[in-house]
Amino acid sequence: MSVQAAPPLEKSRKRPSALFYEVMVPLLATAAGFLLWEGICRVFAVPGYLVPAPSQIWTETIEIGPTVFGHSMATLRTVMLGFVVSILISLPLAVLLTASPAIASTLYPFLVWTQSIPKVALAPILVVVMGSNELPRVVITVLVAFFPLVISSATGLMSVPPELIELSRACRASKWSELWRIRLPYAIPYIFAGLKVAISLAVVGAVVAEFVNADAGLGFLIATSTAFFKVPLAFGALIILSVMGVVLFQIVVVIERVFFPWSSGNTPVTQ
Amino acid sequence: MTAMISIKGVTRVFDSRDGDRIVALQDVSLDIAANQFITLVGPSGCGKSTLLRIVAGLILPTSGEASIGGVPIREPRPETGIVFQAPTLLPWASVMDNVLFPLRMMHRIDSTSADKAAALLKLVGLSGFEGKSPRELSGGMQQRVAICRALVHEPDILLMDEPFGALDALTREEMTMELLRIWGERPKTVLFVTHSISEAVVLADRVVVMSPRPGRIAEIIDVRTPRPRSFDTEGNSTFHEATQRIRQLIFGQRNVSAGRAAA
Repeated sequence: MSVQAAPPLEKSRKRPSALFYEVMVPLLATAAGFLLWEGICRVFAVPGYLVPAPSQIWTETIEIGPTVFGHSMATLRTVMLGFVVSILISLPLAVLLTASPAIASTLYPFLVWTQSIPKVALAPILVVVMGSNELPRVVITVLVAFFPLVISSATGLMSVPPELIELSRACRASKWSELWRIRLPYAIPYIFAGLKVAISLAVVGAVVAEFVNADAGLGFLIATSTAFFKVPLAFGALIILSVMGVVLFQIVVVIERVFFPWSSGNTPVTQ
Repeated sequence: MTAMISIKGVTRVFDSRDGDRIVALQDVSLDIAANQFITLVGPSGCGKSTLLRIVAGLILPTSGEASIGGVPIREPRPETGIVFQAPTLLPWASVMDNVLFPLRMMHRIDSTSADKAAALLKLVGLSGFEGKSPRELSGGMQQRVAICRALVHEPDILLMDEPFGALDALTREEMTMELLRIWGERPKTVLFVTHSISEAVVLADRVVVMSPRPGRIAEIIDVRTPRPRSFDTEGNSTFHEATQRIRQLIFGQRNVSAGRAAA
């Protein structure tokens, strides 16, 4: 996915040309890529049902713009629901996992087990069990997205220097304030690392779920349009999906930078 | 001399992961008077830090007893301040909030807390840095903040576990003098763990020399060099005698003479 291509943004504000390198160059490169694509399609007269040219993708997608928008919103809804539920599950789970070795040994096998099940295989079964509605799609999205978030949050909660835990004990602080005032803030950079992976995976999960069971959504749109050889429309949906992934990823990056400036660009919290 | 901290026949055994029993401390006895400055010096693995943590109440002795003012230490006691080798400041909190942190954890924050913290920061020469983030401070400055954090709840005992071990040699000397000045202004019973013999001697009323495997006290040396002291007094005869004796205890006679020849 293009998510990996997020440029490293820190420490660049000092240079006057920072904006140029951060925004203009990637945009120009993308534009150049599309131009090249368009050129190749025209020069070699590649048939539209194999690889459509960007112009063709654009016209055929815009043609049914409101419908495509509706599908995009349906997918976005599944992605966001799945993402939020992932957070609500992962953070308490990470706290539980780090609370005691006994709990960790009990829960880890189940966690690994959920990850070893192929989600594509699980999806039709979930539809039978849960019905043909939003629920199985959100469940699939969560199953795809939550694991890295649990693991990185748990790692973060354990990353606190042992001296600070001793200091907390020396202050006779409760486990709760140790968690709230020391462990959780220390885990913030790790939690955000997990959130960045989770939001990208949530898009993947939502589409997987839509392939199996949906009457709306970009995954549904791709499945139906390819069935009717409307390849340009499928490509349009694909591009919207990747843009959605990048934008959601960048929103997480911005949230980290605005609310936790000490965390972003400070990758490992060390002295 | 009435002992403030009394350690009687303390032994501490750790079970290592492969099932071995490691005797970190064996039959250690030590009495420390109020407002005395004690340094613990010795090679790695001699149980200095273990002894410090027993006094802090963070770990319990396997046998024997440590007590403060006649009360056995069974859990951490709020009137003890601790400074570690790394400053371990909270990266998200300002210098001021870092100093106030123990009070916050103890739910003892009140209207006078900020003034106390500001006075401490002034004492260590960090006035005007209250709003800064730890990231903006040098290693020495961060350790000063950590010292303020250890003093903010006005402890009567200050435990320091190699507090200057991570600093460069120049900053280290400066901080040692700084600590003597702070201790002069706010007398406390100090237990200071170090690897540096000259640091141990320049600071201490009594140097506790420890030896490893099993960790025990080799000898306790009274340093009679008058105060105020500085590293200039290193040439002083009492200072020299104490240093030599500690070297002998730690390295044995032969290495000491070799060291002298090299120097």
